Order: sequence, then structure tokens, then C-alpha cells
Amino acid sequence: MAVASPHVTSYAVEATEFPDLARRYQVSGVPKTIVNEEVEILGALPPDAYIEQALAHVAPK
Amino acid sequence: MGLLSPADQQKLRETFAEMTRPVRALFFTQTLGCETCGLTRQILDELPPLTDKLTIEELNVVLDKEQARQYGIDRAPAIALAYERGDAPGALEDSRIRFVGAPSGYEFISLVQAIALVGGRPSALSAEQRARLAAVDKPVVMQVFTTPT
Repeated sequence: MAVASPHVTSYAVEATEFPDLARRYQVSGVPKTIVNEEVEILGALPPDAYIEQALAHVAPK
Repeated sequence: MGLLSPADQQKLRETFAEMTRPVRALFFTQTLGCETCGLTRQILDELPPLTDKLTIEELNVVLDKEQARQYGIDRAPAIALAYERGDAPGALEDSRIRFVGAPSGYEFISLVQAIALVGGRPSALSAEQRARLAAVDKPVVMQVFTTPT
């Protein structure tokens, strides 16, 4: 997604190494995605659904 | 001793063969209190022998403050992927793809795929998905939490 848009930045964060981040974002299962500190996406979704959820609040269709 | 079997090395060579431009992995380390920096360095060192399109640059998250800020890195180990623009020798363009924590287990596969993608391998996204992303005009910062297994 970061390759397809100059506005997208992606971090893959290893949750067990950084318990402070896991706590801050209440990560109890993985994968869990946090978008702009507010939107949560739980689990691995099909690409269309994942992209929609990630962009829903910044670029409504 | 190497971490990868000859068969794994061969698979990675094939993946990296699709790259069309040089990628630089900016590896942010820190001197104290970084338990997995050594492991991360070991993992990263496995890759450049498999392709002439990948180099590793080690930086210090404390001492190389400017780069750390530029790439949005505030802890170690972390890897930021950049690629050479091609219009000026050595000029780097941020891919905005970062890995925080040691890229072991499944994250290693993700790192390899990300390097190939940043290196110009065609995206797996559909034309519609790419168009949807191209229309984004506000910052989107995604943090994907994973575990090593």
C-alpha cells in the first residue's frame, strides 16, 4: 500500500519485543493494524476489505 | 554459520531477481539495551550476498538523529527501506516501509517481499486497488502488529 500511495506509511511492529507499544494499542492478538492511531483492523482480511477499512476514515468512497 | 539453507538462498535469489532498482536497507541500531540488534544484523547480513541490488547501511537511532527523524524511527532494532532514485548517484527515496523489531520468523518473509517490492517487483494489488490508493490525499500511517511465529 505504501508503494501504491505516497501518503501511506507502513510499520511492521514486532509486538512481543515492544510490550509498551502492544499495551498502548491493546494488542491481544495478531495481526492487528492501527491506522492513524485510531482505526483498528483485527486479523488478516482479504485485500479489498483490508484496504477499505484502512482508508475508510481518510478517503471515504 | 549461515541462517539460511542453500535451498532457501536459492528461493531468495529468485525473488530478488525480479528487482529492477537498487534498494538500501537502513538498519537502525542502538548501543545499549538492544537485545535483538545483533540478531537483526545477522539476519540482514544474509541478504546482500544473494542480490547485487541490496545494500545495508547501519545507523544509530541516537547518534544519527536526523536520519532517525527523517524515517520516523524512534527505537531499535528497526529497518527502513529506501531505493535509489536513479536521477542522482546515491540519492535515496524513502519507500515509507519500516520494520520495527527483529525480522525473524514470518516477518523475515515479509521483509524479503518488501525489499523485492521496493526494488521494483510488480505489486500484487489489482489495478482497482492501486487506483483506490492513488486517490488518497491525506497521510495514512499503518502500524501492523505481529509476533515472530
